[in-house]
Amino acid sequence: MGWAIALHGGAGDIPLSLPLERRLPREETLRRCLNLGVDALKDNQPPLRVVELVVREFENCPHFNAGRGSVLTTDATVEMEACIMEGNTKRCGAVSGLSTVVNAISLARLVMEKTPHIYLAFDGAEAFAREQGVETRDASHFITPENIERLAQAKAANRVQIDYTSPEKPGAGDSQTGTVGCVAVDGCGNLAAATSTGGLVNKMAGRIGDTPIIGAGTYANSVCAVSATGKGETIIRATVGRDVAALMEYKGLSLKDAANYVVESTPSGTVGLVAVSADGEVAMPFNTAGMFRACATEDGESEIAIWHSLGDGA
Amino acid sequence: MGDRRPRRCRRGSSASPERQEEAKRVLRRCLKAGAAALHSGEPAVDAVELVVRELESDPFFNSGRGSVLTRNGTVEMEASIMDGDGRRCGAVSGLSSVKNPVSLARLVMDKSPHSYLAFDGAEIFAREQGVEMVDKSYFITETNVSMLKLAKEANSILYDYRVPETCSTSAHRMNGLAISIYAPETVGCVAVDRHGRCAAATSTGGLLNKMSGRIGDSPLIGSGTYACRACAVSCTGEGEAIIRATLARDVAALMEYKGLGLQEAVDSAVKERLDEGFAGAIAVSAKGEVACGFNTVGMFRAYAKEDGSMEVSIWD
Repeated sequence: MGWAIALHGGAGDIPLSLPLERRLPREETLRRCLNLGVDALKDNQPPLRVVELVVREFENCPHFNAGRGSVLTTDATVEMEACIMEGNTKRCGAVSGLSTVVNAISLARLVMEKTPHIYLAFDGAEAFAREQGVETRDASHFITPENIERLAQAKAANRVQIDYTSPEKPGAGDSQTGTVGCVAVDGCGNLAAATSTGGLVNKMAGRIGDTPIIGAGTYANSVCAVSATGKGETIIRATVGRDVAALMEYKGLSLKDAANYVVESTPSGTVGLVAVSADGEVAMPFNTAGMFRACATEDGESEIAIWHSLGDGA
Repeated sequence: MGDRRPRRCRRGSSASPERQEEAKRVLRRCLKAGAAALHSGEPAVDAVELVVRELESDPFFNSGRGSVLTRNGTVEMEASIMDGDGRRCGAVSGLSSVKNPVSLARLVMDKSPHSYLAFDGAEIFAREQGVEMVDKSYFITETNVSMLKLAKEANSILYDYRVPETCSTSAHRMNGLAISIYAPETVGCVAVDRHGRCAAATSTGGLLNKMSGRIGDSPLIGSGTYACRACAVSCTGEGEAIIRATLARDVAALMEYKGLGLQEAVDSAVKERLDEGFAGAIAVSAKGEVACGFNTVGMFRAYAKEDGSMEVSIWD
């Protein structure tokens, strides 16, 4: 027992040769986000608040594919999505198709708390954001030069590029970024999960991925909390988030076994996830080359990593 | 083996005998179309699309032609389809001019690199694909407009709309907002073909007087719709409760991970997973079993099997 927190900044084909100038700022952001979450848990803040805080920090940082730094659609626009879920009550909120909201995750929380619905999207979600008075910015806040370049590359390659895929031309662009997410549990076993993303480079306008879908990219109940990253379409059909919990509930697996089973059951190179259980266990499996990730527990375990480490079983 | 269940869930008991007869007539017609498709050897995924198209084209239920209106007086339809064979899936939300949302969901599955398109992007995709588009007047009928007016007067999100129960004794509430009682709504179909392939499809206009942009359970894989090698499931009822319960996936997970039979899995999911929400589910297994479960007063439903048995029913 005891609190625990795990977070990710996307899984994917992250080359071991990732240049330091791209690696260091991301590791630094992971460290800052982890410390923020740990301090909040030590301060007895509810896990729901903790995961929101951490994901907001990620969204405000241009190095990951969420909020500021979101990748561009085929129309060169941003369409951000996010989802948050509280374990004990299974209350949840989700948003898609946001183009001006600075912190998509906080709007998802407002959908959960201030509407009779769970999920609002596109114009209706933007209208709700204005009603609620959340901070909005114009496109220039979200669109970074790197992402304009990445869209151009993806279009040149005439393909939909998964958010974390290496650019075709080595050294061009800066594509090792991904969806962000955070899961947390407090010392009383209260759980929460949150995920936020800009989606896929060169995605069709209107495309919804796994992130805002309860049971796919995001899930929490009284047993565990899960946030997934990777190829959205694969995560949706595998109902990754719910399946980790279902394997624990219906098959009696431990968190680590359940999380590993789910990741191993999906095609290689498609999925990573972070998860915590009610009794403070942490799991961070992935079947991609790497996953930006970090975790900490009350009994002193702490890790910030990108690639498989010895003993990962990779 | 073959079976399908167009179905509808209703709560309360205010459906007039005429409406009940009309519901049964529509269900019977759609059921026959699906059964014929399966008999002639069509794959399950084609059969469920066909049946849901029929249901969408009839103004009786809350999908396609009969879709309810949002708070802004618009229609925002959504649908999804899933082929258990390979767990391929497609979903759409926020459609306002596509005649058959389920067929656009099928095209998202077959013709796009994605599995879910919504709002303007989905409408653009519909035009690109050349599916049948209709004018808003096709959906926005006098009945729908007057029901929205009633809902606004009652300051409620009507869970169902055809017969608002103005003298209802028990005011159900959802997230603190009153909802009405009577509910013909979302349509769905599940089928298993002669090769044991399962498929599911669900289509809806959503909640009457819903906020613009609201997405419910119907397009969400694992919530309103799910199919895998073991079974196919389609749900109906309070969308928010179904989403929290990941109801459709849970029926399948109970079979896969806990070894329950199809009906046991449906019963367990409806009883244990829904919390205080009202909903129902229909399901078929790869073995050709049919199951249904609901914690509402009734659910409009129908099924047919390869042996020729057929049933259309509303109550328990």
